[in-house]
Amino acid sequence: MRLTFIKTLVELAHKDPRIVLLTADLGYSALEPFRDQFPDRYVNVGVAEQNMVGVATGLAEAGFIPFVYSIVTFASLRPYEFIRNGPIAHQLPVRIAGVGGGMEYSHNGLTHFGVEDIGVMRTQLGLSVYAPADANQTRSILQATFDAKGPIYYRLGKDDRTIVPGLEGSFIEGEAQLIREGKDCLLLSMGAVSNETALAAAQLKEAGLSCAHAVIASINPAPNIVSLLSNYSNIFTVEAHYIQGGLGSLVSECMADNAVKAKLTRIGLTRPPDSVTGDHDFLYGRYGLSPQAIAQKVSDVMKLSGVTC
Amino acid sequence: MVQKKGSPQIVYPSGSILASNQAWFGSARAMREAILKESFRAHVGHIGSALCVVEILEALYGYILEADQPNNPDRDRFVLSKGHAALGLYVALYFKGWISAEQLSTFCGNDTTFGVHPEPHTPGVDFGTGSLGQGLSFATGAALAAKWQKSKRRVFALLSDAECNEGSTWEAAMFAAHHKLANLCAILDLNKQQAFGYTKDVINLPRLREIWQSFGWDVHEVDGHNLEQIVTTVNELNFVNGRPHVILAHTVFGKGVSFMEGQIKWHYSPLSEAELSQALNDVNKG
Repeated sequence: MRLTFIKTLVELAHKDPRIVLLTADLGYSALEPFRDQFPDRYVNVGVAEQNMVGVATGLAEAGFIPFVYSIVTFASLRPYEFIRNGPIAHQLPVRIAGVGGGMEYSHNGLTHFGVEDIGVMRTQLGLSVYAPADANQTRSILQATFDAKGPIYYRLGKDDRTIVPGLEGSFIEGEAQLIREGKDCLLLSMGAVSNETALAAAQLKEAGLSCAHAVIASINPAPNIVSLLSNYSNIFTVEAHYIQGGLGSLVSECMADNAVKAKLTRIGLTRPPDSVTGDHDFLYGRYGLSPQAIAQKVSDVMKLSGVTC
Repeated sequence: MVQKKGSPQIVYPSGSILASNQAWFGSARAMREAILKESFRAHVGHIGSALCVVEILEALYGYILEADQPNNPDRDRFVLSKGHAALGLYVALYFKGWISAEQLSTFCGNDTTFGVHPEPHTPGVDFGTGSLGQGLSFATGAALAAKWQKSKRRVFALLSDAECNEGSTWEAAMFAAHHKLANLCAILDLNKQQAFGYTKDVINLPRLREIWQSFGWDVHEVDGHNLEQIVTTVNELNFVNGRPHVILAHTVFGKGVSFMEGQIKWHYSPLSEAELSQALNDVNKG
């Protein structure tokens, strides 16, 4: 998603001179197209994420639309208070782009995992949060939101090749994108793990379970999903994130607020990473986020509710 | 207007006392009086921190900042990085004519944006602050913006010496020097104390001049209570080319009030009526 993000940003920057890009020394073999085409609108601030957000605040006050770029944890958690007191408090159009949501930085380990960023970012009223599911949706989201008035956090994946089947880059602000119809239960996914979720839904279909699947990319303000939720008595959220604070919590809040009567199962990280490393697929299997693990979990819960598959 | 029951009505001077600058009708004495009266009325502390930057704020708002209107996009910017001295800033905004006496007298009342720290949406405030170590980054971004926009506007930031404890201050210092932001001027209020101790006992930084120089800044030192020296020093800076500037302003915490000077207690304590009376006496006598 990051290459698409930069490619789209370059296109937008050709049309909108307010767009500038700051990086905290990351983005090698990703940001070069922007750097090379707009050398006067690009700064590597060094490994200094707090200052990057502070500088972006000063630039935005003067009329720029600064994008700041780093790995998810360094873009969100490290400068969190600067984000809060700078762009959010001043309601300035700073865009924070975090790359590698979930455990996409696999062998790099815990320090590089973005497993609580949505939790902390979406608590900030006044900050828009988007988590695209694939490269095509990244493009749609960036085009639709880049010139919004207030600040934005984009949670991006690293993978530019995998395309979530059925999504076709669709995005409507404040809505879920339904990519598979189904009658037995509803799967809601956020971010790149939407692909694993889509594969799980296909496997379950083979096994005789009809799962609807919707992608939720519009995270904050909370999307309007009440009518979608109301059609199902079994709902599953899938996210490469702790089950606390992210999509599962968002859907729980929506269900409680609107008295949606259904069983919710939150699929995501249920324990902190334990230092055991491996590649992306290994880790997603280990933490219950492979297509097989997701399908198994859904199947187990549905059996307990009396639906056999 | 929010006025606590029984609190004294405050009368401010009016009319210009400085022929050279019609927009400014303040003086260090009048500013201190207003700070004392407002902090007493609101029963709020941070008095010593506001008193020690009076001349610096007078220099900025009376003689340095090129800013005719608070909303002119090409005005000089000011960041009160040591946000806890906000009452001093509000008083300066009042004598600049940007806020009314009525607005000033809502300080720390209800339904007002004039709180202990400057809020992002307080009238006349360029950047909200209150969390130490953030203001220099905002100012640095504002200076980079002016450079990119080929504007002559300058950016000033007033920092406390304790803000040199914050790592983010040095992130901004490195960045501003690397990018040769000559349009940026930091003023460091060296009052030698912080919330819970003297700086020499908390984090001793005896070689601040050398530290800032080694970070690539153009360093100057002034008596932070000498208005003319502050204004002259700033006027002689090259804001077009070269290094960012830092002015080490030596100040006395609680300046002008005998029982506050150099006392840790007056970082937080509010004034009693008897203390107000003595403080006003000191200020008007001095």
